[in-house]
Amino acid sequence: MLTLATATYDAIVAHARRDHPDEACGVVAGPAGSDRPLRMIEMLNAARSPTFYEFDSGDLLQLYKEMDGNDEEPVIVYHSHTATEAYPSRTDISLAQEPNAHYVLVSTREPEAVEFRSFRIVDGAVTEEPVEVVASLD
Amino acid sequence: MAVEVKIPTILRTYTDGAKTVTAAGGNLSALLDDLEAKHTGLKARLITDDGSLHRFVNIYVNDEDVRFTGSLDTAIADGDSVTILPAVAGGSLPR
Repeated sequence: MLTLATATYDAIVAHARRDHPDEACGVVAGPAGSDRPLRMIEMLNAARSPTFYEFDSGDLLQLYKEMDGNDEEPVIVYHSHTATEAYPSRTDISLAQEPNAHYVLVSTREPEAVEFRSFRIVDGAVTEEPVEVVASLD
Repeated sequence: MAVEVKIPTILRTYTDGAKTVTAAGGNLSALLDDLEAKHTGLKARLITDDGSLHRFVNIYVNDEDVRFTGSLDTAIADGDSVTILPAVAGGSLPR
């Protein structure tokens, strides 16, 4: 189960819509071990592509140094699919390298309908999980 | 020339859970050999069968991505810091 605040949910969807038709990507960090996604960090998609995303390698290092310094970890790693369903592709599965993260997929293929789903991806195995949106995590 | 190497979560199975380990070597290639000697299996997660750096693993020496500093030939000196981070990447296109 992924539990996140309405404001974070809305911000992820807004980022995905804004970057459409390119894929949007980012992280929501939280205190290490807490499973609480509290601090959203929008990342640039260095691939600037409708079918691929990748954090810039310099941005990635800065992000992880910052999280380390705050004793945080990436609780959510999110990205959008712009023409297909919000389900991990073979590429997503083979490149997923954060075994503790919730992988959130948002599809922007329908302008009016929101598709927001969360998965665990560990060693190539995908497990969908329920998403609970709450007013606040405080 | 022992330096600190930061290990990402997914590779800590090779380091008994340690976030940071020490290794020695005059360049990145030698350093990775030393890492492998201490933590068997780690090198294969960083280097492909043809001997080049894995496309979706980043290694930084003093905050510089080694892809821009000579890759496996990047020099390592006392006091340098080495960070290994898996790329965060994916996308809808099957590859």
